[in-house]
Amino acid sequence: MSEPTTPTPEQSGLPGHAPVVTPETAPYWEGLADGVVRLPRCLSCDAVIWYPRSICPHCGSTELEWFDTSGEGSIYSFSIVRKTGGRWGAHTPFVLAYVELDDGPRVMTNIVGVDPETLACGDRVRPVFDRVDEAYALLRFTPA
Amino acid sequence: MAGVAGRPGAHIVGAYEHPGRHLPDHTVPQIHAEAAHGALRDAGLTMADVDAYYCAGDAPGFGGLSMAEYLGIRPRYLDSTETGGSSYLVHVQHAADAIAAGHISVALITLAGKPRTGGTPPGGSARPSSPESPFESDFGMAVVSGYALAAQRHMYEFGTTSAQLAEIKVAASVHAQYNPNAFLPNVVTVDEVLESPMVADPLHRLDSCVITDGGGALVVVSPEVAASLGRASAVVLGAGFGFKGASPGPIDLTHTAGAYSGPIAFAQAGVTPADIRYASIYDSFTITVLQTIEDLGFCEKGEGGRFVSDGGLQAPFGRLPFNTDGGGLCNNHPANRGGITKVIEAVRQVRGEAHPSVQVPDCDLVLAHGTGGSLATRHASATLIMTRSN
Repeated sequence: MSEPTTPTPEQSGLPGHAPVVTPETAPYWEGLADGVVRLPRCLSCDAVIWYPRSICPHCGSTELEWFDTSGEGSIYSFSIVRKTGGRWGAHTPFVLAYVELDDGPRVMTNIVGVDPETLACGDRVRPVFDRVDEAYALLRFTPA
Repeated sequence: MAGVAGRPGAHIVGAYEHPGRHLPDHTVPQIHAEAAHGALRDAGLTMADVDAYYCAGDAPGFGGLSMAEYLGIRPRYLDSTETGGSSYLVHVQHAADAIAAGHISVALITLAGKPRTGGTPPGGSARPSSPESPFESDFGMAVVSGYALAAQRHMYEFGTTSAQLAEIKVAASVHAQYNPNAFLPNVVTVDEVLESPMVADPLHRLDSCVITDGGGALVVVSPEVAASLGRASAVVLGAGFGFKGASPGPIDLTHTAGAYSGPIAFAQAGVTPADIRYASIYDSFTITVLQTIEDLGFCEKGEGGRFVSDGGLQAPFGRLPFNTDGGGLCNNHPANRGGITKVIEAVRQVRGEAHPSVQVPDCDLVLAHGTGGSLATRHASATLIMTRSN
């Protein structure tokens, strides 16, 4: 993949670093690297589990399966961050958000590739697999 | 006096707020100790009387062990429950339980910190080892932007406005003008709140609490000890705890764990929200107050914006006089945790020792509420209901 000269939704330019990956969460991160939002589902109570872990927080079952979601969803809430500290301070304004996936979970994320002033709760979004290095990507979103 | 679960109630007989708001020449254990001695003086007790010690994550070093040694106490009961800003209300609950069980008779609770001088920024509890960290730490959430997510959703679902949130800051500032120690002693208007810089939509700078050095302490004692002191005290009638997170999910940002802690405290006390004369409500941000008021049952969910309008929170005659010291929004938020100051002002009110301009008349039933963690993710709420000793 060639290095883009300006940030695109697929490389937002926002801060990010390689995640701490454990055996509990590896399929999630491998999914993002492959361009898929892959989540655990409980085979006992059918709940979709967020964040990924090995024991169902709904019923306690350890019988889980990983499945590929559409990755699409809608904005549950968002904030245009105009002033903040640390390494994010150079990236304001940016959009912090919760996206409600069509499969149920509400995930913390950023909305990228959009004029923040145009956003509203309920807006449809699609996933952006935002590369942080050769091996990993973060799950961010952009308007569908 | 009836108390928790029908047992004799624990008495808060010492309450002290450190007057400092910027203490560059103090150490953190020193502020803990000055607050502790202040609360014991208020109670008419000494360090030698303390048989139980409570502290939270702001205590330095090895927590309770380091502080017990610094203070020169030898507790036979130690509790370092850490739930962020609500810790100190949880400590009161735990002390009341331990007193009712006959384990202890004089409990000391302390808080201190120096965020004004520097050091740990607000919300610094997240660690790389937290299981949630890989799913939250790379999106730029700070404390204020997390609470902004809660405010934005509340606005979307219920039509709450920035002007309504600003009313909460205005009421706090009206009270703070009478507090000579308040960090922000000037009265502000709704327009001034709305014109202050937007930090993270929809929260402005003036929707946020202050960052202050300082501390506070409480002394909770058995009814027998209280009777020996001849000092008015706040009797704990009810205490409730609640936790709220994202699992079982999905997370809902329009209510707090006050929806769980409040009913427990009201049921124990045998009273209703309409009976409460004064409330200390945790006010890290204006939205924290608005959601909590709804969750504690002072109004219906979604009606908080109307409830706080038109001076609804202003002492002494508003619908629900709140945070008459100026609260975290204007007075003090030591160690980035306002919990202990919530209890301290409630004790002042129920003793009739608040500033005369904001003292609620016939203030015989008060509530104090703490929120620790983040409304945007996981947090713990604690609610205390107290009456005046005879």
